[in-house]
Amino acid sequence: MPFFKKRKKQPLEISKKTNVVLIIILGIFAFVCLYPIVFLFMISISSENSIVLHGYQFIPSMFSLSAYHYIFKIGSQLLQSYLITITVTVVGTIVSVFITSLYAYAISRDDFKYKKLFVFIALIPMLFNAGLVPCYMVNTQLLGFRNSLLGLIMPLALNSLYIFILRTYFRTTVPKALIEAARIDGAGEFRIFYKIVVPLAMPGIATVALLTAFAYWGDWYNALLYIDIPSLTPIQAMLMQIQNNMQFIVQNASALSGQAATVLKNMPTDTARMAIVILATVPIIFAYPFFQKYFVKGLTIGGVKD
Amino acid sequence: MAGKNVKKSFRPSKNLLFFAMVLPGLIWFALLCYLPMFGLVLAFKRFHFYRGGFFESLIHSQWVGLQNFYFLFSSHAAYIITRNTLLYNLAFIVLGTICAIAIAIALSELLNKKLAKVYQTLMFLPYFLSIIVVGYVLLSFLSVDKGSINHALMFFGFQPVNWYSNPGYWPYILVITNLWKNIGYTSIFYLAGVLAINKQFYEAADLDGASKWQQIWHITLPHLKPLIIVLVLVGIGQIFRADFGTFYWLPLNSGALFPTTNVIDTYVFRGLMDSGNVGMTAATGLYQSIMGLVLIVTVNKMIKKFDSENAMF
Repeated sequence: MPFFKKRKKQPLEISKKTNVVLIIILGIFAFVCLYPIVFLFMISISSENSIVLHGYQFIPSMFSLSAYHYIFKIGSQLLQSYLITITVTVVGTIVSVFITSLYAYAISRDDFKYKKLFVFIALIPMLFNAGLVPCYMVNTQLLGFRNSLLGLIMPLALNSLYIFILRTYFRTTVPKALIEAARIDGAGEFRIFYKIVVPLAMPGIATVALLTAFAYWGDWYNALLYIDIPSLTPIQAMLMQIQNNMQFIVQNASALSGQAATVLKNMPTDTARMAIVILATVPIIFAYPFFQKYFVKGLTIGGVKD
Repeated sequence: MAGKNVKKSFRPSKNLLFFAMVLPGLIWFALLCYLPMFGLVLAFKRFHFYRGGFFESLIHSQWVGLQNFYFLFSSHAAYIITRNTLLYNLAFIVLGTICAIAIAIALSELLNKKLAKVYQTLMFLPYFLSIIVVGYVLLSFLSVDKGSINHALMFFGFQPVNWYSNPGYWPYILVITNLWKNIGYTSIFYLAGVLAINKQFYEAADLDGASKWQQIWHITLPHLKPLIIVLVLVGIGQIFRADFGTFYWLPLNSGALFPTTNVIDTYVFRGLMDSGNVGMTAATGLYQSIMGLVLIVTVNKMIKKFDSENAMF
């Protein structure tokens, strides 16, 4: 086989044959990782009849876009949920990055007299938490999280891990001499923070912002705990609702109330459900190749060391 | 900005400014982490709702000592949820580590570096899908009447299987799904570890005629050992915490599957939402938190022993 002999095996490389075997095995796994999401998409463009006859098929025996047609016609809940998710993600990420970076910066400074105390305060919740029941009671009875955007934003607004990641990042990327110099020039601590520290540590802050935004986008647990009105239901929680209650999608369409029953009866339930899943996932899938790099970087940014 | 003179004469102390910086975070910790800890007294009370709201009820509820814990541990549920939580997490840690290392090494050996990048990107994808979407993926395979697996079974002349009411299958389903979702993520850490190994070790081994397998066994794995130990120990420190979504949503909260899908976190959630036995549910949560605390402290001590650089505190 002259083709294989053309290039000699380099000393540190695996043989061509091993390479082919690895390509195939890893390829199968990579395919398995992609397949399900394509499968959901194929279901969403099947015709309802072919699903009734043959079940979910990767290549449907009949295609149809009626699922998307129906959703765009009556799925006002989808828009509302999108709006909630986007609001929560944007507001939550801004609030969270603000609180986290200020806290992290203060405890990154050795000349903060109470540094140790505040490190400790942030560390304890990583080791011990009160558990769901007391938290739920405080959040609903005292803080008013029930059916409020607060219930979706506040629980994810601070994460001790990110405080420590950013603290390490500030320490390693911002030279102490620079801060000293700015102080001598008469800059106040807040001024130093946003004029010098933030611009220098931008990659680290952006990574934490990304991780936070991702957590907000995918959150459904807090909605499960605190939200039970459709107009405040974020998109992931809406996906949960429609699993056994497809009517959820038309709940907001009060104008339709008369025709709602007929519309629902004709709606291609299975394909419409999958179409909503696809519409809820598409932004992540498309944004994913762009932020994957930063995500990987963020994971290897640094430990939680004091 | 006010004039310089004003600022100078009115300059707050440095520590006060730093305190202002941690203040928002401090309030958050106080309200969402530390205040609920007082609520742990619930675990030692028989909670009843009285008129006048929650706090009135909390004060008036009767102290019962360790009775909630006594009831919890004398029930079969305590055993089931502890067993499930521990065994699932153990399976996730052991299999997840082995698969992630294998994939990391294989990816690093691929001759086509571009293809390796593409593969890595694809393998990382499931990690970004929310557990809700993963639940729909499972449903499209396992649905009794429309699932592609049952249709394949019928095509080959077998009886369709009622997946969502047969607990025996779920340990396999949940372990496979968890691996599928997380391997790409875990392998990132190991791939970074593999790529950081100095090439000279391999060159020397190659000159001595060591095979690729020998090189992996005697160079790659020993070099990964500190990383493996740290990641495994971190996993063990979290072993009493189950991922709620995996065990609640993937089985679609199906009651028939509880024997193999109920874990501490789902038990506490259902206790709070359905049963109304607040005292015992709080006791379960406290039991989980204390076990977790003991494990994390122990594990941190062990990490310090192996590799003091990676200790958490």
